[in-house]
Amino acid sequence: MGPAWQPGAQPGEPRRLSSKCAFMTACQTGSSEPRDRGRQKHPNPTQPPTSTNTYNAKMEVLLGITGKDFTLIAASKAAMRGATILKAADDKTRQLNKHTLMAFSGEAGDTVQFAEYIQANAQLYSMRNETDLSPSALAHFVRGELASSLRSRKPYNVNLLLGGVDPITHKPSLYWLDYLASLAPVPYAAHGYAQYYCLSILDKHHQPDIALERGMELLTLCADELKRRLPIDFKGLVVKAVTKDGIIDMPFDDDRIVKSA
Amino acid sequence: MASGYDRALSVFSPDGHVFQVEYAGEAVKRGTCAVGVKGKDVVVLGCEKRSAMKLQDTRITPSKIGLIDTHVCLAFAGLNADARILVDKARLEAQSHRLNLEDPVTIEYITKYVAGVQQRYTQSGGVRPFGISTLIVGFDKGSEQPRLYQTEPSGIYSAWKANAIGRSSKTVREFLERNYKEDMDREATVRLAVKSLLEVVQTGAKNIEIAIMAPGKAVEMLPVDDIENYVKNIEQEKQEEAAKKKTGRTPGTGSAAILTRTAQDEPGDH
Repeated sequence: MGPAWQPGAQPGEPRRLSSKCAFMTACQTGSSEPRDRGRQKHPNPTQPPTSTNTYNAKMEVLLGITGKDFTLIAASKAAMRGATILKAADDKTRQLNKHTLMAFSGEAGDTVQFAEYIQANAQLYSMRNETDLSPSALAHFVRGELASSLRSRKPYNVNLLLGGVDPITHKPSLYWLDYLASLAPVPYAAHGYAQYYCLSILDKHHQPDIALERGMELLTLCADELKRRLPIDFKGLVVKAVTKDGIIDMPFDDDRIVKSA
Repeated sequence: MASGYDRALSVFSPDGHVFQVEYAGEAVKRGTCAVGVKGKDVVVLGCEKRSAMKLQDTRITPSKIGLIDTHVCLAFAGLNADARILVDKARLEAQSHRLNLEDPVTIEYITKYVAGVQQRYTQSGGVRPFGISTLIVGFDKGSEQPRLYQTEPSGIYSAWKANAIGRSSKTVREFLERNYKEDMDREATVRLAVKSLLEVVQTGAKNIEIAIMAPGKAVEMLPVDDIENYVKNIEQEKQEEAAKKKTGRTPGTGSAAILTRTAQDEPGDH
């Protein structure tokens, strides 16, 4: 029999993550109260919540490219709310462990909350088992969390790219996930409106065995096209490369002038 | 109905003792010894390792020194199985703290948490106290100050410069009290930890585990060969000292006699 005492069961005890679960659970993260209040507002629980930010979410750029020995992840720097850009140096990525990086877009608040919750669980796993989860294992874990969130009263509205290099085989990988808990391993990927412009470019130019330099060139091609065609300024890209040695910030020229077609 | 059996075992005796907690203290005393020593900018944990059986796979048998977070290390003495539960709770709290506060735990905070858990298990029904004492070491974020804390089954926690827990901890603590110096460098700190353990560990290097922590760095488990070197070095020094004492008894013999002694001893050691 387990102990009668349960964390958080006593009055005045701060809400803590349950040690009963293999992982920390989403509903038990400390800052879950604002989400609870949001739930009260929906009069009809069967109706899916309407996102206030659908347009903005699609305006956010997430790109991913795998190559011979790396995975590149790029995310737009603009943090938007309505017609306003609140911040022009936003980092929409979180490092899950030494070899895995996750980029996210979607409803403001949901995104960071979900990403940091996944990050905490990845790190907890690493501490408990003295070994990191592989990118593939993490992708499936994230998908599971998104799937159960989707079937809850207030699902997370988050789209993700998860890139990594397997710590043992050194094989690069990239996973495309959306808020409906789809999961697809892909050689290159995009989220939002960027899909319409970039996937065709990558279809044409991407090869599975490209070097990092070529990957950066492809990213520049994509960024140029986005600047040419996307109706808003996404304030450039944060670019990070996952290699067998870890995650590196890549310098990226955001100031290139691109003439509209 | 059956009252007395299903109640909390941790009740006061008429003279104010909580026996279950004191028995937990006994379990600690039977556990293998662990020491912690603070240096100037380093902190070292040392453990007595129970000698493995012939067919045991020592490579993947869990160690008595565990990481709570990248900057916090914990060693324990007492019941191994109890420790696993406590360590897991501490790891969960460390990650939860990072998630909610966006900062890693301070060593004092996680010590207080571990001690808090241990205390709760002395005051609630249907549970028994943790039969372990822990030494928690590490560096706070952005700090060069080494930290060393001890927790006990009762939930007491305390800060130390150097301390020992477990079997013969009294002997080791007294040794540390005699030999501790302020502001030791890494070498001296490790040496003191090994030397203090050798007071109670007979079989030498292969039954000692050493973990070293430095600010901003990952924990370093000292390789067996390095521990072996420390042990050899210390043993040699002890012999020299013993020899010095022997010659010291006859009056009139000065440094010359000692020199010849060491010269004779050395070839035998190699």
